[in-house]
Amino acid sequence: MTTEPIIRVEHLAKRFGTFEAVKDVSFTVNRGDVFGFLGPNGAGKSTTIRCLLSLIRPDAGKVELFGKSYANERSAILSNIGSIIEKPDFYRYLSAERNLEIFARISGANVGKKDIAEMLDFVGLGDRGKHKVKGFSHGMKQRLGIAQTLLHQPELIILDEPTTGLDPQGIVEIRNLILRLRTEQNKTVVLSSHQLSEIELIANRMVIINKGKTIVEGAVQDLLDANDLQVRIETDDASAAKSVILAAHPTTDVTQLNARELEFPVHKDQVHLINQLLVNAGIPIHAIEPKRKLEDYFMNIISSEHVA
Amino acid sequence: MLLKNTWNEFIKILSKPRSYLGIGALTLLIGIIIFAMKADGKSIISFVTASFEQTLTFNGHILNGYLIAFIILQMLIVHVPLLVALVTGDLIAGEAAMGTIRMLATKPISRTNIVLSKFIAGAAYTLFIIIWMGFLALFVSTTLFGTGDVIVLNSDGLVILPEADVLWRFGAGFCVAFLSLLTVSSLSICLSAFAENSIGPIVATMSVIILFTIIGSLDVTVFDTIKPYLFTTHMVSWRSLFEDPVPWSTIRQSVIILVAHNVVLVAIAIIRFNKKDITS
Repeated sequence: MTTEPIIRVEHLAKRFGTFEAVKDVSFTVNRGDVFGFLGPNGAGKSTTIRCLLSLIRPDAGKVELFGKSYANERSAILSNIGSIIEKPDFYRYLSAERNLEIFARISGANVGKKDIAEMLDFVGLGDRGKHKVKGFSHGMKQRLGIAQTLLHQPELIILDEPTTGLDPQGIVEIRNLILRLRTEQNKTVVLSSHQLSEIELIANRMVIINKGKTIVEGAVQDLLDANDLQVRIETDDASAAKSVILAAHPTTDVTQLNARELEFPVHKDQVHLINQLLVNAGIPIHAIEPKRKLEDYFMNIISSEHVA
Repeated sequence: MLLKNTWNEFIKILSKPRSYLGIGALTLLIGIIIFAMKADGKSIISFVTASFEQTLTFNGHILNGYLIAFIILQMLIVHVPLLVALVTGDLIAGEAAMGTIRMLATKPISRTNIVLSKFIAGAAYTLFIIIWMGFLALFVSTTLFGTGDVIVLNSDGLVILPEADVLWRFGAGFCVAFLSLLTVSSLSICLSAFAENSIGPIVATMSVIILFTIIGSLDVTVFDTIKPYLFTTHMVSWRSLFEDPVPWSTIRQSVIILVAHNVVLVAIAIIRFNKKDITS
């Protein structure tokens, strides 16, 4: 993967009256990245993303996209970006097709009716093109939003909370769509989401911000050591299993969740040995599953920030 | 890009039910006036001319289509601004309320062009309203009531305009009326750039019109210096075209002031929209 920077944000700051929404945010997104943009509520994610899209004018710092700045190349930058901010909003009184026509007309690209029909097919709305948006469910609007985002074939796609309000099936659909954008169309995707498991599944790089400041930035694999797992074991007797594990590995931090479940950190290479140990002790194992690590990582980072 | 987005704005205006609400209301109002004139027009005219009948004798077809068109224009020019503001006040603020302003502002079109395209589309809608009003007032009235000389009552007394000398006055009158309504359109677009929902700009536009009209009608010396610069003072200047001789210098001054209002209001809207952080 190339490391050509496509977004460069340096020491971004934005204040609304006396409230400092963003104090010092910096990060870089490279071409081809699926970049996770994380932070708790009120961290400054939406303000930063709005600065990336020229919706909000920063008070200080630098925002560069494709090596250009908004000061003199706004149109050139925006013609290469597709975005959904918070939720896709459309003209409710117009059909899906007509909405796409409206946005395509000012996208800077030559988009025809055939392209619109193909894009509606791509997002699974091929048979709803003539229907007015006011009758669409939230999931359908999200998919129409994705269609609007991709219609003019942008290099960079910015999705702010694209799975908010979606049912589990909708979340999987959007996740698969984003993965297809990366694998089939080689797009660069910036993804802000509260669904940490989603970010962990699809992002290769990420930044975490809190209280308007960058806390950490890097490759997801580097930040979440893939070999150090937190596993959950389900068995008939969690107390007995805990005793067996502690007898063999006294320093392990084993947490008994309930009568049947345990959780503890373990190196990936040791998982089968623990399994063998318990089976040999006559303790049946019904399930061993790694917990999503980003959630813990995120919580640790944020809580240490709160302490600081 | 300006033309493309102006086309988009036309589509949006044409697709909104509220756009037809104004046209429907206008049609209904004109229909009611024409019906009233058909049913009881002669007694209404007699009531107006009664005070002159001791010194003048009125012969001919007084209750004609031209006179009714004049009455319609005079009665409705006060109310049509609401119908215009209903649509134009929604052009920017409505998008903010709907959330589509985010989508629009992240496209490669300058914010200045966004405002200008909305102004052009608003102007086209206003023009359509005036043309529709002119069609109903003139065409329908003259079809039903025929044509004739127009008797106009103004502050100097009665003015009788020969039939052959009327049509051009209506043409010019509708142009000045259009400019007045365009100022209302610009005002509501300007207020719309400051708001996040369309009710605010619509109500604010009507409030400004009412306030300025009251100031204009108050016979108070302190207001005398500002009265000539209030756009509401010039909204009725189309009536001057039905005087004889026509006071061209007064009309020219009104046109200049109304154009200046339009330029300033659109400029304020552009500056405000360019500086606006879109947080909705």
